[in-house]
Amino acid sequence: MTSAPHGGKLVQIKQASRNSGGFGGYKKDQRLQVSREVVMTVANIANGVFSPVEGFMGENDYLNIIEQDRLENDVPWTIPLLLTTSRTKPQTGNLLLVDENDVPVAIMQPEGTFKISKREYAKKVYGTEDEAHPGVAKIYGAPETAIAGRLEVAVKPDYGEFADLTLMPRETRVLFAEKGWRTIVAFQTRNAPHINHEYLQKTALAMVDGLFINPVLGRKKAGDFRDEVILSSYQALTAGYYPRNSVVMSALHYEMQYAGPKEAIMHAIMRKNFGCTHICIGRDHAGIGSYYGPYAAQEIFKEFPDLGITPFFFREFYYCKKCAGIASEKTCPHGEEDKLSFSGTKLRQMFSEGKVPPKEFMRPEVAQAILKFEHPFVE
Amino acid sequence: LRRRLGKSVSDYVTYVLREVVAMHEMKEVPEPFTSTDLVEIKKRLQALGYL
Repeated sequence: MTSAPHGGKLVQIKQASRNSGGFGGYKKDQRLQVSREVVMTVANIANGVFSPVEGFMGENDYLNIIEQDRLENDVPWTIPLLLTTSRTKPQTGNLLLVDENDVPVAIMQPEGTFKISKREYAKKVYGTEDEAHPGVAKIYGAPETAIAGRLEVAVKPDYGEFADLTLMPRETRVLFAEKGWRTIVAFQTRNAPHINHEYLQKTALAMVDGLFINPVLGRKKAGDFRDEVILSSYQALTAGYYPRNSVVMSALHYEMQYAGPKEAIMHAIMRKNFGCTHICIGRDHAGIGSYYGPYAAQEIFKEFPDLGITPFFFREFYYCKKCAGIASEKTCPHGEEDKLSFSGTKLRQMFSEGKVPPKEFMRPEVAQAILKFEHPFVE
Repeated sequence: LRRRLGKSVSDYVTYVLREVVAMHEMKEVPEPFTSTDLVEIKKRLQALGYL
């Protein structure tokens, strides 16, 4: 038995190919162009990743989340799913959402508009009003009107080269059941795996039936590993170092919000919908810069006794030269000078020179998988 | 502890009720797909090497 879907219902919105007749005949004022991020959100709503939500949120859900970290019906939820628009004219009839190239994305039944307070949103969701925070900058740059509505029909998402490595919640739920897994731990990542990640995953795996590695693909910042590099490096790791029947990897197409603790709860909700019973929450999960305390994303789970997915909390792991093994601050008394670590800059420099990090830091197979790419990093 | 349980009796009762709701949610709920869907899903999982 996998985890029950969040809110008790796995949402499945009707889906059709973009060339089907249902998306034709919409006039200019019945079409709304949306961002790449909204396109991903639509696909995730339609496929149940954001269950029990069936569309873009209305004012009651929005206000409840901002004030209580819950939907109007008291189901835990920490980041609103909003469709902001610069349109002010009331919408009558269905609305066709189109992407930046005017290609249909979904048909939505509008349920009204409302204003958001950007400062309040920033403060409550990101815990800061600092425009240097990417999430804050994004909400400050967005229109202040949000349009609510249920998705009626969505275009089947096209994940291109990643399609074969992308499973939807209904697929993972069947997969876990077929494998006979009753307890599954999710591991969220946006990086190529280091030894310390492997250690953390295997520690978690020792306590459950299966491990679900769920790398996040989407917009990244300069210097991050490219999506295809992350997937390829994980394939190298799992092929060489994990029992085949204990691990599943699938990509999640989702725009990181860098909302630290609030986003950690959303990450747990999404993985619950994939059927996971547990999730790994490490140091500064979903954080950026120094906006959040190192373990704030663990502390917040205490406020949600009804989340329905159990977090495994971990300290930061590293290779300690004196211990001659993987350690953490809980298990190792040695100082910073004994930790084997590489800054992102140093790592990028090594790979650009064709060098590999020591095996105590990264598996050679993983390093080789990265080196196969001429440009492994986002430029 | 105060943050977790709130400051009032009402907060405490809410916290406990949410725990009770969560226990009920653990019960199995029907999956939203038919037996035909199930066959299709398994076919795709097999084709991709997941099964």
